This record gives sequence, C-alpha cells and structure tokens, in this order.
Amino acid sequence: MAEVLLQMDGISKSFPGVKANDKVSFQINSGEIHALLGENGAGKSTLVKMIYGLMQPDSGSMKLGSENFRPSEPSKARQSGIAMVFQHFSLFDALNVAENIALGMENPPKMSDLSEKIETVSKSYGLPLDPKRLVGQLSAGERQRVEIIRCLLQNPKLLIMDEPTSVLTPNEVKTLFETLLRLKEEGKSILYISHKLEEIREICDFATILRNGEKVGSCIPRDTSAKQIGEMMVGKSFSSPSRKTRVFGEELLKVSNLSIRTKDFFGTSLSDINFSVRVGEIFGIGGVAGNGQDELLSALSGEEKTSPSTIKIFNQPIGKLAPDERRAIGMRAAPEERLGHAAAPAMTLIENTLITSHSEDVIDQWGIIKFDNVKEKTRNIVSEFDVRTPTLDNAAASLSGGNLQKFVIGREILQRPRVFVVNQPTWGVDAAAAAFIRQSILNLASNDSAVVVISQDLDELFEICDTFSVLTNGRMSKSHDIRSLSSEDVGLLMGGSDLDLKNRDKA
Amino acid sequence: MVIFGIDLVLLISALMISATPVLLAAIGEAVVEKSGVLNLGVEGMMITGAVIGFIFAVNTQIPIYGFVCAAIAGALLSVLFAVLTQYIMSNQVATGLGLTMVGLGLSALIGKPYEGIKSPTVSKIEIPILSDIPILGPMIFSHDAVVYFSVILVATVAFVISKTRIGLVLRAVGENQEAAHALGYKVVRIRFLAIMFGGATAGIGGAYISLARVPQWTEGMTAGAGWIALALVVFASWKPWRVLLGAYLFGGITVLQLNLQAIGVAIPVEILSMSPYLVTIVVLVGISLFGHHTAPGSLARPFHASQ
Repeated sequence: MAEVLLQMDGISKSFPGVKANDKVSFQINSGEIHALLGENGAGKSTLVKMIYGLMQPDSGSMKLGSENFRPSEPSKARQSGIAMVFQHFSLFDALNVAENIALGMENPPKMSDLSEKIETVSKSYGLPLDPKRLVGQLSAGERQRVEIIRCLLQNPKLLIMDEPTSVLTPNEVKTLFETLLRLKEEGKSILYISHKLEEIREICDFATILRNGEKVGSCIPRDTSAKQIGEMMVGKSFSSPSRKTRVFGEELLKVSNLSIRTKDFFGTSLSDINFSVRVGEIFGIGGVAGNGQDELLSALSGEEKTSPSTIKIFNQPIGKLAPDERRAIGMRAAPEERLGHAAAPAMTLIENTLITSHSEDVIDQWGIIKFDNVKEKTRNIVSEFDVRTPTLDNAAASLSGGNLQKFVIGREILQRPRVFVVNQPTWGVDAAAAAFIRQSILNLASNDSAVVVISQDLDELFEICDTFSVLTNGRMSKSHDIRSLSSEDVGLLMGGSDLDLKNRDKA
Repeated sequence: MVIFGIDLVLLISALMISATPVLLAAIGEAVVEKSGVLNLGVEGMMITGAVIGFIFAVNTQIPIYGFVCAAIAGALLSVLFAVLTQYIMSNQVATGLGLTMVGLGLSALIGKPYEGIKSPTVSKIEIPILSDIPILGPMIFSHDAVVYFSVILVATVAFVISKTRIGLVLRAVGENQEAAHALGYKVVRIRFLAIMFGGATAGIGGAYISLARVPQWTEGMTAGAGWIALALVVFASWKPWRVLLGAYLFGGITVLQLNLQAIGVAIPVEILSMSPYLVTIVVLVGISLFGHHTAPGSLARPFHASQ
C-alpha cells in the first residue's frame, strides 16, 4: 500500500452567498494520478487554490506527509513541493520561455544555467523547448510544456493540473499522457482536474467526485463506466440527446466560392468554401481550431462582409448584410468565445439579452428600451435553459462557463432563428449542460431551421449532425452524410485527403 | 567645433541640461508603465517637485536638500494616485489627469511667496581627466551632479529591468497581472512601489527646472514637460535607453531652435514644440500597422485580487 502524500480533512470554504467547499475530505497517495471531478462550479478550483496557497480554508485541515500543511501563499506551497499547471495558462506572452519559467520558481538559478537546465529537462521528458523563444509565439501545446517544465524543475511531490487537455490537439494529449505516466513512475503524485470522463478513465488511478462543494463519491475510474461517473457528478441520470429522424426540406443556406483574406496576424485565410444546408439539417464542420473556424463564423455572422452572392438564404444574397440585418431576417450566430464575443462580460444578463434581440421587440417607437420585455425574455432564457444565476442583474462574467454558454445558446435559440451558426457549442461545459445544449440544437433543427455546428469535438458532431465536412487550413472538404463515414474516413478528411473519398463514393 | 555657425560643444552641453528634467520624469514613468500602470499625473508631480525643491533649496541654501525634498514630494503626491487607483480602483486616466490639476494648483498656491527669488547655484562637477578631453570634456563631462545622476539612473533602470529578478517580476506584473497573481506575486504592492519611484523621479525632474535650468520659481514653469515625458515613453517603446535617446532628441530641440534663430533660420517654435507629439503619433501608427506590439499587456487595466 502506497503511503499517503496529501490528506485533506473536512475542508470548508465560503464566499459571500456561496459555499464553495463543504467538509471535503480525501487523500492522495504517492505515485498516484488522482482525478478531481465535478461539474462547473462544483468547487474543484477553489479546493485546488487552497492546496496551492492562493486561498485559505475557513475550517478543516490538510496534511502533507506527516506534517500539518496550510500554505499562506503560493511560494510556501511551492517550497513544500506542490506545483500547479493552470487552466488558463499563467504565462507572460512578451517574456521568453526561460523568463517565464524563472518567474514560477522559488530560487531560480542564473539565466544561463537555467536555460541549460530547461533544455536538458525538456529533452529528457520528450517535451522539447527553446528557452529563448517568446511565449507569445508558441502553440497551445508548447505553452503548456512551458508550464509543465516550470513545475518539473522544482522537483515537486504533487503536480496539480487544472483542465490540462482542453486546449490540446489529440496528438498533444498523447504526449502529455506519456509524460504524466512517466512522472507517476518516478513516484510523483498528480491531481488531475477535468471533466473529460474518457480521459480520466484512461489515465487516473482514483477519482474523487465533487458536487455543489461537497464530496459525493469516489471510484476507480477504470472500473466505472463514464455514464456512472457522469451521473455521480450531476447527481441524477441524464439522457444523451435523442435524435428523431428528420425530413430535410429545401435548400436554406448556401455558401458558394467564399474566400476571405484574414486580417489577423495569427488567423487563417479561407479559400473557396462551398456548402449548403437544407431546412431541418444540421451541418457539422470538424477540424482542429485555428484552421479557419473563427473566420468562417465571422463571415456567416456578418462581422466580416463578403460579396453579396457568396452567402444566400433562400436564394437571397446576404453577403453584404451586417450582423443585425442578418438577425432581422432570421440568421443568428453564437461564436466560440463566450466572454467578450458572445456576451459583454461586465454587462448584466438583461443587457446581454437586449443586445441581440430584435429591436421591435425591445425598443418602442420613441427609441426607449422596453425593459419589462427584455426582463421577461431574460427570465425565459434563464428558466428554459436552466441557467443558474442568483439574479438577472448579475454580470455575464460572474457566471460559470457552462452557465454562460447555456445562456448564450438559449438567447439565440429562443429567438427561433431560421439559420443558426454555432462555433464550439459545448467547449468547457460539463456533461449535463453539454447534453442539454445538444438536445436544444436538435430540437431547433426539427423546428424547420438549418443549423451549422463548428466543433473540434468529433463525438459531438457524430452525435447531432446529419452532414459532415472538415475545415483544414482554410479549405473545406466535400460534405458527406455522417452515417456513411467511419472514424478512419474522418481521419483522412482531417488530413486534407478529399480525393480518396471522392473516388470511393463513385465506386 | 563650429558647424553652420552653431557651436556643437555648447549645443550638446546645453542639450543635455535641457533634456534632463524630461529624461528623469520619463524614465520613472517608464518603470510605472512597465508595471502596468498609466499615471498621467507626471506634469503635476513635476511642478510639485519644482516648487518644493525650490522652497527647500532657497531656505537651506543647499541645492541637494531641494532635490531630496522634491523627490519626497513627488513620491507623496504619487501615493495619492496609488491609493486611489490600486486600492479604491479608481480609473487611472481620470485620476492621473486629476493629479496634474492638483499639482498645478497646489504649486501655484504654495509657490506664491517665492516668485522672483533666485535659487542657490547647483555647482558643476568637472570629472577628473575625462573633462580634460578636448571637445568631449566640456561637452559631456562638465555638468552638475543631476545630469550625471539622470544618465546613471537610466543605466540602472535598464539593467534592473532586463537583468535582475526584481525587473523580471516588474515586467511580469505589467505584462499579465492575473498570471502574476496566480504565481503569488503581490501585484498591488509592486505597482505601488513603481508608482512611488515614478513620482520621485518626476519630482527631481521638476526641481531641476526650478533649481538649475531657469533657475527661479514661476507658476506653471514646467510648461508641458510632463506631457513630453509621457509621449517619450511611448516613443521609446518602453525601453530605457531609447527614453534617453528620445529625451536628448526632443528635450534638446528647444536648444537647437534658439541656435537656429541666432543664425537666422526661423522655424516657428510651435512646430518644434509639436514635434514630440507628432513623432509619438507616428510611432503609435507604426506599432498598429506593423504589429510590433511592445506595450505592457496589462497597461492601465485595473486589478483586483478577487479571483
């Protein structure tokens, strides 16, 4: 039996109005990968911040090894052998790799020695890094390497990873898992926070499950099905979305010869995109983020204007229309970035409802806002989409990611758009909320709308879409009936090899 | 050495003196902005330093006391800004502008009895051996202590920012305040100290105007030097040695203009005094056109350690 590394005993922490953690107890053994699971807002982050010294518990005790442990600040935690890889990377774009690493160390060596050390350690773990490069120029996977190396250089006993895979490509995830397994062999413990159940089943030895701040259970993930774990997290069984067979009507949205040169330095230009979506159809667009997804969304939403006939709704050219004009004729979009793009962070939910509403619904003939109507609409969104918020006057930024996503999607869907375009509908959203969002997209399509779903999550696309194509490097593959595709076919499509499939279709 | 009727030795020597107030204020503001804070109150802190420095130097007849008190006065005024923006989370732009107003008003009030008095002379220090070098000696090595101090200060700031841990932490806080906080750095405390440093150097810069350059007290005598300092920080892309270059370029323009008038080339003084701002605008346009973005990432963003 492995020895206990960290013992949490009756940890409680409250914020004004919320009990973030309520008497949470669990233990992490040496050489164990321990999963901390829970929905958004279940109290995972708060718990971890207390271990890392960013917050202190109101009551309860922690023991590291045999000693009492209550770090008053992160540097104390680091000295005791705790290291953390943050969910939103805690990196500095304008500083180089070595400087970033030095900032996360207690007693960093001289810069030249540190650079050497970074190269040795990063090579030995198969995570190559150039210490001189600016972090702002690195990919998401490389940025995470910087964080991991920063932790490893301190030789930690416990490595905390908060949602480490949410920004990684499948290949990068594989590399990460190899590193984690190696660290485990070296006897280090890892506290792994995620809500990707399949990942946890693959890599974790033990799981503690939180719900509403309380520990509600624990399990050995390998021996428990994803469905069972998911139900423990949510506290009730939830059904996966059910799709009725729909009959497709006439062609509703048609995109032809759409090419856009990106203005963003890090963007991807679109070249010659063609596809069409029929009434009642859900059109899925797969591919790794950064291959033109954002550009495609802004062309469809109207943020980026094109020549009129490249985008048509019921044969009416709309390429030159602005977003509000498109909303007026029933075309709505929900971008990937919730805060700042889909919703204004500092504005209340009511105000955020107002900004995408049809103006005749919410503004009277004198130009005065009809706040009663807007409030009613907001209340509708909140109740129908189960958005958990204390009041309707809460700022969008105060909602957890999953709740805000439900709000943003609900806001658009309840306006009954004829065409709905959504990018990453369930990114960073827990399983129950994701199932709910997918179901509402399916329902929308059954109500004679055309839906375009852009997503990196292939399982999601297979679950809800009828037609599938892939965006690679700004080009779109031919579209296919999703039921005719195997996962190998999808892999080929993502590699950009459209031709092979075409030949097979002919054959 | 005389070129086109302008004595180059005198020109450069005068240019260094003329640029020193702006240089001192700008190097301090560069540190403040590196920490992620925009303090538009430079002009107010300079004029406060000018009047306080003058009062103490006149009453003690020892110029160095004047400079020390000017530094303290500038720092104290900046504490007001720091408390308002870092703890009460007031808007940095509005608070900075207010600070300038307060400084201008306050200095006019307390400086009234001192108008028309001459300040004690700030003595020159001829650096041994170096000042005997022909041309270079009288040009660069026979100034008063504050001129040397300003150059040494630039060198120190440049070294600390790029080569030391304190500088790294300062940059980190200015670059990404949330990340710095998550790593356990005291964002507010670091910014508070940076703001005080900026206040102190602005105070010394102001005192140099009233004690060495003019040298007497008149109301509003900084005459926009604080705004030039702010413009210089952007022009210099927040790099200390470029601040020095910029200060000598623009701070010296007045000197050149006088010389040009003396030899009969009349460039309107307004055009010359506009030039720092024009060049700053050009630099800003360049930054956004060519995407070479060097401004600290968290500049002027409020920070509250609630997350």
